[in-house]
Amino acid sequence: MTEDYKKYEYDVIVIGAGGAGLRAAIEAARSGAKTAIITKSLLGKAHTVMAEGGCAAALQNADPRDGWKVHFHDTMKGSKWLANWQMAEYHAKEAPDRVRELEQWGAVFDRTPKNLINQRNFGGHTFPRLAHVGDATGLELIRTLQERGIHEGIDIFMEYTVRHLLKEGDRVTGCVAYTRVDGDFHAFSAKSVVLATGGITRVWSVCSGSWEYTGDGHALALWAGAELRDMEFVQFHPTGMVWPPSVRGILVTEGVRGEGGRLTNSEGDRFMFDYVPEMFAGDHAETIEESDQWVEEIVSGKLATVRRPPELLTRDVVSKAINSEVKAGRGSPHGGAFLDISHRGEEAILKKLPSMHHQFKELAGVDISKEPMEVGPTAHYVMGGVIVNAESQETTISGLYACGEVASGLHGANRLGGNSLSDLIVFGKRAGEFAAKRSKDLAQPVIDDSQVKSAITDMLEPFNNEGGENPGLIYDELRDMMQAKVGIIRTKDELDEAIEDLKNFDTRRKSAYPGSSRKYNSGWHQALDLKNMVDVSYVATLAALTREESRGGHTRDDFPVPDDEYWGETLNIIYMEDGEIKIRQEAKEEMRDDLKDAINEVKAMIAERAAEAGGEN
Amino acid sequence: MSLKGKIQKFTITRGEGETAELADYEIELDEGMVVLDCVHRIQHEQEPDLAVRWNCKAGKCGSCSAEINGRPRLMCMTRMSDVVDETEDGKPIEIRPMKAFPHVKDLVTDVSWNYEVAQKIKPINGPDEMNWEFNQNEADRVQQFRECIECFLCVNTCHVLRDHSLFDEFAGPRNLVRLAQYEMHPLDQEDRIPEIKKEFGVEYCNITRCCTEVCPAGIQITDDAIIQLKERVVDRYYDPLQRIWRTLTRQKVRY
Ligand SMILES: Cc1cc2nc3c(=O)[nH]c(=O)nc-3n(C[C@H](O)[C@H](O)[C@H](O)COP(=O)(O)OP(=O)(O)OC[C@H]3O[C@@H](n4cnc5c(N)ncnc54)[C@H](O)[C@@H]3O)c2cc1C
Ligand code: SF4
Ligand code: SF4
Ligand code: FES
Repeated sequence: MTEDYKKYEYDVIVIGAGGAGLRAAIEAARSGAKTAIITKSLLGKAHTVMAEGGCAAALQNADPRDGWKVHFHDTMKGSKWLANWQMAEYHAKEAPDRVRELEQWGAVFDRTPKNLINQRNFGGHTFPRLAHVGDATGLELIRTLQERGIHEGIDIFMEYTVRHLLKEGDRVTGCVAYTRVDGDFHAFSAKSVVLATGGITRVWSVCSGSWEYTGDGHALALWAGAELRDMEFVQFHPTGMVWPPSVRGILVTEGVRGEGGRLTNSEGDRFMFDYVPEMFAGDHAETIEESDQWVEEIVSGKLATVRRPPELLTRDVVSKAINSEVKAGRGSPHGGAFLDISHRGEEAILKKLPSMHHQFKELAGVDISKEPMEVGPTAHYVMGGVIVNAESQETTISGLYACGEVASGLHGANRLGGNSLSDLIVFGKRAGEFAAKRSKDLAQPVIDDSQVKSAITDMLEPFNNEGGENPGLIYDELRDMMQAKVGIIRTKDELDEAIEDLKNFDTRRKSAYPGSSRKYNSGWHQALDLKNMVDVSYVATLAALTREESRGGHTRDDFPVPDDEYWGETLNIIYMEDGEIKIRQEAKEEMRDDLKDAINEVKAMIAERAAEAGGEN
Repeated sequence: MSLKGKIQKFTITRGEGETAELADYEIELDEGMVVLDCVHRIQHEQEPDLAVRWNCKAGKCGSCSAEINGRPRLMCMTRMSDVVDETEDGKPIEIRPMKAFPHVKDLVTDVSWNYEVAQKIKPINGPDEMNWEFNQNEADRVQQFRECIECFLCVNTCHVLRDHSLFDEFAGPRNLVRLAQYEMHPLDQEDRIPEIKKEFGVEYCNITRCCTEVCPAGIQITDDAIIQLKERVVDRYYDPLQRIWRTLTRQKVRY
């Protein structure tokens, strides 16, 4: 059977319409490139819409002591020193202007008393740094970019899912997609392709992500020959909803803790005071009084003179603490911890955390202005992704760029809250700019019919499996397996089992049958997604098995301490060779001297503050 | 009351366009489910090709709009405990796609009209310098409108569109909210009143408030957005003092 397909030609194709994709496309179009966006959902619905707490940028509006060096230091430290320092430098320096530019494009951020963009505190950020709109910052970001983007002459293909990257020799020259609505096929010739497909967290059953998070971009890049890094580092956000079961995993913004939320166990203890790691000793309040004073100062708009509550430690630390409390039998009734913000009063809660208030009221029947929430860890973000050049965002194969969650480097072993939205706009812009620049000197690639045909054959494969399993069931079971065996605490035995299980899933998915219709067939889409889900699960498991230490978003029960000497200096690189997924290690790059000086400068400043706040000790 | 173990009947639109019909299903419920969970359970266990549009399952993306027992709602934010309560015992819960938009398949409709109207709305036009200054009160006025998740439930409910199909004459409540968001932005310089009246047809709205009632974001669409726009149109076109002031100063009036 030969299938027809439609052909298109562009300078730059951006795959994905989240914050990163929209920002990249705007930049490409403004640089004069003929640009298209392909997105598998409708415009304005991408996962970015869910982001809550804010967008990190050292604007210095809320605290003048902030600056790019402090943001750079915080990002590197949060990453457990594995981040690509060059990216962290660009990010810290460029985020403020990217945020201000959003304002000029119509974003209406919450204001300071001096009428500028306000900033809130978040874990791991030394100063209040997150530009925000209540607890719906992602919505503001995506709507702003969407409303700007539609006036830039960009062609937008909605509900088109890309399944294949076209190549000519060793460069990427376009892509092939199917439409969700009709199930027909489309081939795009492009001088540059930008991946902005987001993350992979749907492979865990308790996750905060949207259905889009099936690792499409990670897999497309891998299949096309690009390299990935840091895939063992998965951020389990400490506060997801835990009850009722059907909402388990839905995010409770870190903004709750930024606004003074307290974590307690079933015995009423503020347990985070007992979990401050050595690396952060001295940075956080040591008594409840000090914590309370900090909240009071922040709430009344003053500069903090004491240290922040330990609830605002980095996410990996808080997640593991909750996990330990539950294991020790001090969990909340449904296996989490209590998070209480009711002391802030109804008015402040409705103003600062309206969607959390709504979410708990609607979905759990809990009024957070009167009672505590029950929260526990949820798979939230993948630090790992496609390796990119810090300046241009080009991947390890020419013609292919990546930005946003699908790319890697900025976050190392752990991402600070708020550093993703800023990542999207800083590196989205860079990707768009360099993708457009590259396209200027190139001839339009010719679409290779045989590659398109073979991609189409692959896509139609599930329809040959009459009598096979419902893909939805395999999808559910795969997610449960990853949750059980490649979750927040890992061991060699379970990771080994997961590798075996994944081979089984790979066999099973090949005979899944979605029914015969190609029109908006959810089962068909799932059957195809399963291929990338199995591959990215395998990649994450393989990397986790290899890293025999605990660091940031990767915790091994059998190797509980960080191995700074070897693994603290080493990255896991994943690639594909002869159809097989492989791993190798590479030493991380030595930091530039002037950046080392910057880090030392900030360290000294923080030590000075700690000495002032903590007196003699 | 826990719904765990309860066997529940559903009747759901299946098929495409004119030929679509209601089909019956039965599943066992779990505690704390929302309607979208049930649709997924039917899709994963019984009907792999059941079409349903959703993204976030957290009430944030506005993808999963449908008519549940005749009431337009988000499937992911509608608790089964409430729907079971409102459904007569033994009767199925009915889920249909939004009626005002062209049907694609099962629960999915074609909402592209909303995007086409949005395209005609001019973007914000403010100062070239960065660091815009305005206070929280001014922000408050617009922030409400920016909470819209584009679920299009308001459009689906508005009789001007649903019953009278005036899609060419009237921008619909969602896009009037968007116009209000720009019009009331403290630093926007664009003169939007003529097109709000003519092209976007604000006067077709006769203030029934049905849109406001169904808005899951709780936006006061009618009172805070549409009526404000209507008043500005009246001021401009029917208030002679305003007209004189404008010709004298050639400026947008600040409210
Ligand atoms: C609940 C929640 C709250 C969060 N809060 C914050 C916060 O406060 N601050 C912060 O900094 N970060 C936050 N994050 C993280 C942040 O939102 C994400 O990391 C970020 O939005 C990812 O953006 P992106 O542009 O990379 O991708 P996305 O927004 O995920 O967009 C991906 C796009 O790619 C498309 N796509 C995917 N695969 C394909 C394919 N095969 N073909 C075509 N299109 C495809 C999708 O349709 C979508 O348009 C939060 C995340 C969650 C889940
Ligand atoms: S108030 Fe106006 S826009 Fe809203 S439903 Fe009624 S007529 Fe339509
Ligand atoms: S205004 Fe309300 S009902 Fe209308 S699209 Fe926006 S969120 Fe939905
Ligand atoms: S799925 Fe996003 S609002 Fe329901």
